[in-house]
Amino acid sequence: MLTKKNKHIALKVKNLSIGYTSKKGQSIVASHLNMEIEKGAFVCLLGKNGIGKSTLLRTLSKIQPFIDGEIILNDIPLYDYSANELAQKISLVMTEKLPESNLTVFELIALGRQPYTNWIGKLSEKDIEKINLSMEQTHIEHLSNSKFYELSDGQLQRVLISRALAQDTDIIILDEPTAHLDVQHKMETFQLLKNLAEKLHKTILVSSHEIHQAIQSATELWLMTDEKLIVGKPQELIENGNIEKLFTSENIVFNKKNQQFVLKNHETSVK
Amino acid sequence: MKTLQSYKIPFILIITLLIVVWLFNISLGSVSIPNSEIFSILFQGESSKESWQTIILNYRIPKAITAILVGSGLSISGLLMQTLFRNPLAGPFVLGISSGASLGVALLILGSSLIGGISGLAFSNFGMAIAASLGAFLVLSAVLIAANKVRNTMSILIIGLMFGSITSAIISVLSYFSSAEQLQQFIFWGFGSLGNLSWNELKVFGLIFFVGISLLAFIIKPLNSLLLGENYAKSVGINIKFTRNITLIITSILTGVITAFSGPIAFVGLAVPHLTKLVFNTSNHKILIPAVAIVGAILMLVADTIAQLPTSEYTLPINAITSLFGAPIVIWLLVRKRKIY
Repeated sequence: MLTKKNKHIALKVKNLSIGYTSKKGQSIVASHLNMEIEKGAFVCLLGKNGIGKSTLLRTLSKIQPFIDGEIILNDIPLYDYSANELAQKISLVMTEKLPESNLTVFELIALGRQPYTNWIGKLSEKDIEKINLSMEQTHIEHLSNSKFYELSDGQLQRVLISRALAQDTDIIILDEPTAHLDVQHKMETFQLLKNLAEKLHKTILVSSHEIHQAIQSATELWLMTDEKLIVGKPQELIENGNIEKLFTSENIVFNKKNQQFVLKNHETSVK
Repeated sequence: MKTLQSYKIPFILIITLLIVVWLFNISLGSVSIPNSEIFSILFQGESSKESWQTIILNYRIPKAITAILVGSGLSISGLLMQTLFRNPLAGPFVLGISSGASLGVALLILGSSLIGGISGLAFSNFGMAIAASLGAFLVLSAVLIAANKVRNTMSILIIGLMFGSITSAIISVLSYFSSAEQLQQFIFWGFGSLGNLSWNELKVFGLIFFVGISLLAFIIKPLNSLLLGENYAKSVGINIKFTRNITLIITSILTGVITAFSGPIAFVGLAVPHLTKLVFNTSNHKILIPAVAIVGAILMLVADTIAQLPTSEYTLPINAITSLFGAPIVIWLLVRKRKIY
């Protein structure tokens, strides 16, 4: 199929405005957004705190309504999908803390099968197969019977990704999955996501502050800046200097050699 | 992997316990009846004394059935609210829902003097049940709206307490204008009582109760996904509004009908889900709902057995007994090590 059409667009956004509507009026977080995600792409959304990354991800996953524009999923408008149809297309990994409960890892991942189960949520053999497979793919089989509140942050993140995999969707959207992790787990998470895109052809959209990791692993970057959203391949954005627009402070600059942002004074003193 | 199968043994245990406690409850009362007579009344329908037969069939058995309905209904309500509010301290009594139901009943019993002429409706069982359910629904919706604005566990509990205060204030005002007779009726109702229900009243109770219970079929699956929070539930295709409304309706019907027939009964709804989770150690509502219902019924039967002070003529208010074991559980929940958020 990929060869017939030279590319398969999983998600497309036209002239989108996002933000919040309240009684007092609208507060627009970002507008005139235009971008598309190819199937199997690993897109990393970068931007400073409070710029609206989470709002954008929530809007694209229909958790929150958009203000204006179009969101098109597999050539069909997002809002034409029923809740259950959409749940079979897009799965989520969020930053919010899970409420207290007695769920085991297996049960938690099994909740990802809800779009496919009957009225009482009975797991079929196929469901159990999918759950086990998703645990293998994220290397957490040994945790199956643990309670989720016993896990470390790194393990819990894998479990949540595994849950999204069990949901068996083309697109997985992750909001800052590496926020509470140490360096090793950050790297491993990015490696895992990269593998999911390359080997399982999942379309991954992830927001992050890990600029170095994003440049290394993502096939495409979305830079959310005050003026607009800049889309491009990591190396292009470095070459044309667009990546510098992420931060407005004069004191930090992008170091091409290290592929990292550094303090300006620090850079000169190193030279 | 834990399936329904692995909960078979605990289920058999609690069902056996329920039957034992039920028999025990029936065998004890202010009039002592030999056990052999009780068995022959239950299984052969005859006994050597007619009065014994009347006591068992028209007084003790209806009371035991009421205890089962009250215990299981309040416990299910408590479980639903704890999941919906994502708050381990939620329950029909703590959040003021029982007070709302009381308000409905108060308006009917005490308010009838102000409006006049509807006393016929006021004392009918359906009238009481509907008024109590409406009162419960009103307060529950108000608490839910407030809960959406403040996410903090403790604040929600305080808001529930405040709604309780508001309703009791309105009830005080109403009592001021009521006749002594009406007031007496309302106060006795407020003590909470499992007895005094005739078979006909019990039929109405049972009917409304099962309407509420049957609606559970719509929300077992959504409640499980709500364990991960609303956004995750949405992302697996759950209609949050529908789920929340059905949960509200079930809780209002159950709390309402129970409060109408047995008075406001404290702490059962809050405590039983936690006790059940100690035994079953799961969050799966498919298992928890029946388990909570059975454990609730057991506890209510035990509380009732204690309340009637076997072999004496006196009966304690059932509310006193449930509070005695319920309130310490709340304290334990608050001070135990695992964090509540």
